[in-house]
Amino acid sequence: MRRLTAIIIFAATLGLVALAWVNSGGMARERMQSAQTPEEAVRLLLTEAQSHNFDAAYARLQNRAEVDKSAFIRDFYGSNGSLLTYASLESFDVWGLHANDREATLRAKLHYSTAVGPLDDFRDLKAERDENSWKVVWPTTRAPKLAPQVIPVNYLRWDVINRGAEDDWGVQNVDSPQVRIISMNAIQRADSIVVLGEIVNEDTVPAYVTVGATLLGQNQTELAQESSFDKISHTLLPKQVSPYRIDFPGMRLEKIKSVRMDAKAMLVPASADPIIEVNKQRVETDALGKKILVGELANQSGQIVNIPHVIAAFYDANGKVIWVSDGYVDQELLPQIPVTFAVDLPDDVAAKVQSYHVVVNHYDRQSS
Amino acid sequence: MTGKAHRMRDILRSLAMLAAFATPAFAAEVHPPTQVTAGASFSMPSSGTGQGTLYLIGPANLSKRQVTLGGDIPVEGDEVEHAGRYTAILCTDQCVASTFYVHANSADRLSLLVHPSRVPVSDPNAISAVAFVWDAYHNLVLSPVNVKFTVNPTEHASLSEGRTTSNGIAWIGLTSAAKSGPANLEASIGNLSEVRVVQQVASDACNLRIHGSSSARKIMVETDPVRDCSGNFVPDGTVVSFTLTDAAGKTTVDVPIKKGVAKVEIPAVGRARITAASGVVTGNELDMTGGGE
Repeated sequence: MRRLTAIIIFAATLGLVALAWVNSGGMARERMQSAQTPEEAVRLLLTEAQSHNFDAAYARLQNRAEVDKSAFIRDFYGSNGSLLTYASLESFDVWGLHANDREATLRAKLHYSTAVGPLDDFRDLKAERDENSWKVVWPTTRAPKLAPQVIPVNYLRWDVINRGAEDDWGVQNVDSPQVRIISMNAIQRADSIVVLGEIVNEDTVPAYVTVGATLLGQNQTELAQESSFDKISHTLLPKQVSPYRIDFPGMRLEKIKSVRMDAKAMLVPASADPIIEVNKQRVETDALGKKILVGELANQSGQIVNIPHVIAAFYDANGKVIWVSDGYVDQELLPQIPVTFAVDLPDDVAAKVQSYHVVVNHYDRQSS
Repeated sequence: MTGKAHRMRDILRSLAMLAAFATPAFAAEVHPPTQVTAGASFSMPSSGTGQGTLYLIGPANLSKRQVTLGGDIPVEGDEVEHAGRYTAILCTDQCVASTFYVHANSADRLSLLVHPSRVPVSDPNAISAVAFVWDAYHNLVLSPVNVKFTVNPTEHASLSEGRTTSNGIAWIGLTSAAKSGPANLEASIGNLSEVRVVQQVASDACNLRIHGSSSARKIMVETDPVRDCSGNFVPDGTVVSFTLTDAAGKTTVDVPIKKGVAKVEIPAVGRARITAASGVVTGNELDMTGGGE
């Protein structure tokens, strides 16, 4: 009986180890040790990268001499506190775009799970036949580097001294900043109501703003309440304007009598630095046939911006905000090195867009 | 409710019943003055002989002590620091209650509420100042007192106006000055005074104008000194949004004003149109050629 129990435990352990091996992509690795097709070569490389086995992934490259290994790892998991450093590669899809006997072009969709939600990264990769197997030619985009220099930063900073706990009654605090919602538009999308618009800080001090909306039905009954969460630039400098967007999933506009807006502002310490330039903004159609707003971000300060967040308001011919879109950039913003960004634009909205306004929110390790 | 509060309520209920069912004709009595000043010692004449128990019940305190009847019963100032209605109950075989009122002492401190702490220039009745007059024991001084409100702007002579308190409160509405800068707002009674600072700030930018020059691959754009319609400089840190449209697309950059102007270098190729805005105020348009053309 004792021997039988030992055998059962041993067999169960073996089974669990085998299951873990299969789940970690071991079977796929084993099957594709020698990639017989371009797709297998890319899949093998991505599987190794997914399991952080970068030595094996790097060994799969055709152009190892041209690709720095640390840069190769950075391509997958970022650097300098960028969004990819807080991400893990959950899954990927690979499909061919073009192929012949010697080389092939493939597109890979990398699906990351990040600190701010899912992130899809599309990459076009080349594969080349190397004797009896295929290997991946990794793109060698040499990141531009800034020459050593001193960048003087002398922009303003606001600090706040609040009322102390020991102060007598009547010693007032400094007032909260005055903010104003300058536009609001409620629209029906396929599966939700979207409330969007813009808010301005009318005061002479920085404000931390949040915009909330309450959907009211007949008899002014509250049907739903939401806030703009991260679809707004929360810290607004004096006279700065930010778009906002509030989604109400599963709601229908016909059932709504009115919308009650609520803008809250708090006085916070803030800095006018860094200034981020948004260059070359234009609406394009991407490789998948979707409309996107693309551009370049340029950090004019000397500090690294870890996680840039782009929020774009789109206007129709009458200057009305008809859509607000946002997107996180997976790369950090190094000083004065442009980084491209793209945010989605629904096709039905794109036809009506006459102009747009982009603001850049940023999350920095130093300030957080 | 706490156990202590329950006990206090029971004591008060018992005392009230004692007082209600007492027969004053045969009982010792106490005769407090009708009006007493908060924090001031006084005495209450009493009738009867022998010893009795005095309960003194005020708005925020309760005391009990043995007293000798037939003479003046002294009450210390710290027993009557809180203004309001007091009940003195003197108990021998029976209990007799008398009431008296404690009024606030003379003004000893001021609380000044000024709102807002920042106000745009030339805004009528935008500043409100409310003064509360207290005695040394935190009682609101309800008798009328004249409070002097004084505004001390940085570049003008002081302005003063008096207001008489009503129920301990005096208030005044003020129009902000046309010149930006801090203004000290003071409320005073005799030697007592309290000061608050109101920051009078420039209004929205008025007649926002930009000019520029181009160099290789860049256009330098700068605002004229940004002022409001009263001629005050808009505070540094106020954001001016520059927008440049050229063949490569649109470029936007939010630049804070520094030393009165906002300036930026924007990469541009060929013909470019540049606009500027600060909040909801827009400036002039500028057509320039970048890229060294």
